[in-house]
Amino acid sequence: MAMDIEEIERLIKESLPDAEIRIEDLRGDGDHYSAYVASKAFEGLPRVKQHQMVYNALQGRMGNELHALALQTSVPEVT
Amino acid sequence: MSDNPVFDRIQTEIDESSVTLFMKGTPMFPQCGFSSSVVQALTMMGVKFKGVDVLADMEIRDGIKQFSDWPTIPQLYVKGEFVGGCDIIREMFETGELKKVFDENDIEYSEVQQ
Repeated sequence: MAMDIEEIERLIKESLPDAEIRIEDLRGDGDHYSAYVASKAFEGLPRVKQHQMVYNALQGRMGNELHALALQTSVPEVT
Repeated sequence: MSDNPVFDRIQTEIDESSVTLFMKGTPMFPQCGFSSSVVQALTMMGVKFKGVDVLADMEIRDGIKQFSDWPTIPQLYVKGEFVGGCDIIREMFETGELKKVFDENDIEYSEVQQ
């Protein structure tokens, strides 16, 4: 019951269309990922809230089909 | 107080200790790498904390996820506030933000050797 990278990315994009997303399959088993998500929507929010927004985007899959997703969020730097 | 009796039990656990870690296993014998890494950070900082083993209590294991609106274990509470899960705590430990949280809440820790 694993998830592939495209599916994770698609779900996050649906909720956070501007997000810059980098996902890595840490063990190559489709079950342990790390994700970096940067979005303007995170601006001014505490980290817990930022992560909750990503988890909500995954619609309950986190902790179920998606066993492990090491998450790092940030606000994109304005250049 | 709440419509879910488990929430009251969780609230009591959080109120009883300034620093509470909901984890898999015990601080001495963590049963999961993610729980273990948070225990390690807290231990390195010399912070006194209470571990609540969710593997020993299915009700709390499911309830804490709804209580915090957070899908995974471990979960760290400081003075009743949810601070974060494994990724956040690790990041805050590395950046020194975790120290700040303990300072703001008058929680004792020893100097970190990194």
